[in-house]
Amino acid sequence: MSFETAGYQLAPVLPEIVLAVGAMALLMLGAYRGEGTTKAVTTLSVLLLVVVGVLVYAQPAGKHVTFGGSFIVDDFARFMKILALIGSAVTLVLSTEFLSDPSRRIFEYAILVLLSTLGMMVLISAGDLISLYLGLELMSLALYVVAASNRDNAKSTEAGLKYFVLGALSSGMLLYGSSLVYGFTGTVSFTGIASAATVSNVGLVFGLVFLLAGLCFKVSAVPFHMWTPDVYEGAPTPVTAFFASAPKVAALAVFTRVTLTAFPGIVSQWQQILVFVAIASMALGSFAAIGQTNIKRLMAYSSIGHMGFALVGLASGTVEGAQGVLMYIVIYVAMTLGSFSIILAMKRNGQAVEQISDFAGLSRTNPLLAFMFAMLLFSLAGIPPLAGFFAKWYVFVAAIKANLFTLAVIGVLTSVVGAYYYLTIVKTMYFDEPAGQVDPVRVEVKTVLAVAGVFNILFALFAGPVVTVASAAAKSLF
Amino acid sequence: MTTWPILSVTTFLPLVGALIVYLSRGDDEASRRNARWIALWTTLITFAVSVILVMRFDPSSADFQFVEKANWLATGITYHMGVDGISLPLVILTTAIMPFCIIASWKAITNRVREYMMAFLILETLMVGTFSALDLVLFYLFFEGGLIPMFLIIGVWGGPRRVYASFKFFLYTLLGSVLMLLAIMALYWNGGTTDIPTLMHTAVPRSLQTWAWLAFFASFAVKMPMWPVHTWLPDAHVEAPTAGSVVLAAILLKMGGYGFLRFSLPMFPLASHDFAPLVFTLSAIAIIYTSLVALMQEDMKKLIAYSSVAHMGFVTMGIFAGTMQGVAGGVFQMISHGIVSGALFLCVGIVYDRMHTREIAAYGGLVNRMPLYALTFMVFTMANVGLPGTSGFVGEFMTLLGTFKVSIPTAFFATFGVILSAAYALWLYRKVVFGALVKPSLMSMKDLTFRECVTLFPLIALTILFGVYPKPVLDMSAVSVQQLVNNYNTAVTAVKAAALLQ
Repeated sequence: MSFETAGYQLAPVLPEIVLAVGAMALLMLGAYRGEGTTKAVTTLSVLLLVVVGVLVYAQPAGKHVTFGGSFIVDDFARFMKILALIGSAVTLVLSTEFLSDPSRRIFEYAILVLLSTLGMMVLISAGDLISLYLGLELMSLALYVVAASNRDNAKSTEAGLKYFVLGALSSGMLLYGSSLVYGFTGTVSFTGIASAATVSNVGLVFGLVFLLAGLCFKVSAVPFHMWTPDVYEGAPTPVTAFFASAPKVAALAVFTRVTLTAFPGIVSQWQQILVFVAIASMALGSFAAIGQTNIKRLMAYSSIGHMGFALVGLASGTVEGAQGVLMYIVIYVAMTLGSFSIILAMKRNGQAVEQISDFAGLSRTNPLLAFMFAMLLFSLAGIPPLAGFFAKWYVFVAAIKANLFTLAVIGVLTSVVGAYYYLTIVKTMYFDEPAGQVDPVRVEVKTVLAVAGVFNILFALFAGPVVTVASAAAKSLF
Repeated sequence: MTTWPILSVTTFLPLVGALIVYLSRGDDEASRRNARWIALWTTLITFAVSVILVMRFDPSSADFQFVEKANWLATGITYHMGVDGISLPLVILTTAIMPFCIIASWKAITNRVREYMMAFLILETLMVGTFSALDLVLFYLFFEGGLIPMFLIIGVWGGPRRVYASFKFFLYTLLGSVLMLLAIMALYWNGGTTDIPTLMHTAVPRSLQTWAWLAFFASFAVKMPMWPVHTWLPDAHVEAPTAGSVVLAAILLKMGGYGFLRFSLPMFPLASHDFAPLVFTLSAIAIIYTSLVALMQEDMKKLIAYSSVAHMGFVTMGIFAGTMQGVAGGVFQMISHGIVSGALFLCVGIVYDRMHTREIAAYGGLVNRMPLYALTFMVFTMANVGLPGTSGFVGEFMTLLGTFKVSIPTAFFATFGVILSAAYALWLYRKVVFGALVKPSLMSMKDLTFRECVTLFPLIALTILFGVYPKPVLDMSAVSVQQLVNNYNTAVTAVKAAALLQ
C-alpha cells in the first residue's frame, strides 16, 4: 500500500510544506550568513508568505481531507489561512523599522513568525485533537520567543516569560480536556467525537470545559485574559500588532471548528459557556479600558472586548453565527493592523510614544493620520457606515436568530460603554491642544495604514462580495 | 420615469463637495475663502437638484417615487432609495436649511474652516440619506453615521463645555440606537428582508411588535427628544456653534418624528395603538414641563432648546393620535419648527457674534440700535408662540385638533403649552429687545449686515407663507399620510373586531 492510497495525499498540505521548507531554507541563510542578512531574510519571508497565500488561494474548491482525517482543507480553512497569512505578512512589513536598529538585527524574528504562521495553518486545518495540539504548540512556542525579542528591555522579557508560563498552563488544560474527551468518546477525530457525543455526560462536559478554557486563553477571552494587557504593553509594538492579528485568526478558527464540527450534538452545553465568556469579555473589555493611559494596553482591552463580540456569533451555533465570526475576524484584522500602524507611526524625535496624551492635537499636527485613526476608532466602536458596524451586524444578527436576546442586549449595551473610551482618544486628537510635532511616517507604515484605512472607510461599498465569500466558507463547516 | 438617479445625486452631491474641499489644500485666508465658497455652492446646487425632485414629484400617489434599487449585501439587504409625501418635505427642508448654515458660519468660524465645511457637507449627505433610505440597514447607516460629524462639530468648534456636551450627545443617541439595531435584526428574521416597503406589508407577531416598538421608541425618543430623555439637547445646543444648533434643531430632531412615521406606525400598528397613551402622557408632560423649564432659563440658546422639546411634544402627540389631522399636523409642525427654530438659533447667533455671550441678562433695548433685527426676531418669536398667520400656528392647531378626537385630556393639557410658550417667548423677546438701552457694551451694536439679511429674510418669507397658505406642504404629504392613517386604522380595527368575536 503506497503512501498516497492510504489517505495521505500531499496536495492539500502543499502550502504548509512550502512554508516549512522555505522557513528552514531562510534559517540556513541566516545561520550561515550572520546578522547582516536580517533585512534580506525579512523581505524573503514576506515573499514566502505571499507565495503560500497564492498557493492556498489556488487550491481546488471543495473539501479535501488527508492524513487520515487529521488535516482538513475546506473553504473555511482557506479563508482563515489567507487572513492569517495577510496578518503575518503585514506585521513583518511593519517590523522592518524595529529590525533595522543595529542592536536588534535578529534574523530569527522573521523565521519565528514564519514558524508560528505554519502552526496557525495547521491549527486552522486541524481535523483531530492531535493536529490541533501540534499546531497550537508550534504557533505558541514561536510566539513566546517573539514576545521577548527585545532582549535588553525588561518589560519585553517579562512579557515573554509571562506569556510562556500562562500559555503553558493553558496548554496543560487543553491537553487535560482533550484526554478526557478522548476517554469518554474513544476517538480524537472531530467527526468521530461528533458521532459519539450525542448526549452529554459529566465526563465529556468536563473535558469540553477544559478544552474550551485552553482555547479561550488563546483568543484572550475572559476569564483567561490576564496575560493580554501585560504582553501587549511589554512586547515591541510590531510584535503586539502580530499578536493582535494572525494568532487571533487561527485561534478563533479552531475555536469555531471544534465547537461546530466536534460538538454539534451538545450545543446547549457549550453554548452556555460561550454566552458567559462572551458577556464577560465584552463587559471587561469595555469597562477596564476606560481607565487606561497607555494606548497599547488600551488596545489589549479592546481586543478582549472584540473577541467577546466575535464569540457572540459563535455562541449562536448556527451557520449564520459562523458567518458572523468570519466577517468579524476579517474586519477586526483590518482595524487592528490599521490601528497598530498608527501606533507605530507615532514617534517624536525618533522615540516611540505610547501614552494616549501623546496623541493630543494630532488633528492639527498631522491631520491625515488623525483622521485615519479617528475613523478606525469609530469603526472599532461599531459606528456605521464604517467596517466595524458590519462586523457587529453579522454577529448580532446571528444571535438574534438563535434567540439569544439577553446576550445581544448586553452586547450592544457594552458596545456603547466601549464607544466611550474610543471617543476619548478622538477627543484627545481633535479637541485638545497639540502636544508637539510627530516625526514623518515611514513609507511601509503609510502603505499599510492607507490600505487598512480605505478598507475600513469604504467597506460598505464592497461588503457584498466579502459577505458572499464568508457565507460560502461558513457553509463548508456544516 | 427618471433617467438619472436623481435621489442618489441629491444624497451624495454634498459628499463630492466635501472631497473637493479636502483637495483644496492650504491653510491661508485664500484657501479658507475657497472652502467656504465650495461649500456654499455645493449646498446650493444640492438644493437646486432637490427642487427638481419637487417638480417631478407626483403628489397624487402614495407610492415611493424616484425609487432606485441595487444589490448591496447578500440576502435581502439592498441599496434601496425613494421618497414619498412624508419624506420629501424633510429632504427639501434639509437641502434648504444647509446653505443658511454655511452662510451663518461665514465669519463666525475662523479656525479649521476646511474641516468644518467638510463636516457639514458629510452631515448633509447622511441627513438626506436618512430621509430617503428605503432599507433598514441603509437607514441605520445614515442615521447613526450622522453622529460622527455632529460629534466633531460640537467638540471642535463648540463652547466651553463642548467636550461634555459632545460626549453626552454621542453616547445618549448611540444607546438609544443600538436597541433599535437589535429590533431591525429581529424584523430581518421575521420578514427575511430589511426592505422597508416590503416590511410595511409584512405581518409582525403581536409580541415582537411590542418589543420592536419599544426598541425603536428608545432610539427615536432620544433623537426627538422626548421627556425624560431630552437632557442631552440643551447641553448640545448651548455648546454647539450656531450652524450646529441650527442643523440640530431644524433637521436632526426631525429624524425622530420621521422614524415614528416611517416605522412605528406602519410596521407596528397594534403596539403603537397600545402605547399611544404612554406617548400622549410623555408628550403632555414634555409640553408643560419643558415650557416651565424654559421660563427659568438665563441662556438664550437653552431657552430655545427647551422650547424645541415642547414643540416636538406636539409632533409626537399628533403622530400617535393616528388621525389624518394629527399626522398631517405632525408633518407640518416638523417642517415649520425646522424653519422657525433654525431661524431663532440664527438670531441668537447674530447677537452672539457681536457680544460673545448668550446670557439674556446681558442684553436689553436692542430695538434702539437694531430695528431690523428686532423685527426679524419678532416674526420668529411669534411663529414660535404659534400666532395665527405664522407657520407655527398651523402645526400646533392641527395636532391639537387631531388629538382632540382621540384623547381629550391630552389635548386639554397640551393647550397649556400654547399659553406657556407665549409666556417664555415673549418674556425672552422683551428682555432682549425692548426696554431702555442702558448697557454700555450694547451701545455700539450694529444692525443686520447684508449677509445676515440673506440668511433670515427667506426664512421670514417661508414662515409667513406657510402660515397663511400651508397648502404646498400639506398637499405634498396628504396622500401618503392618508394611506398611512388608513392602514393604521384598518389594522387596529381588525384586531378590535377579532377581540369582539372571541
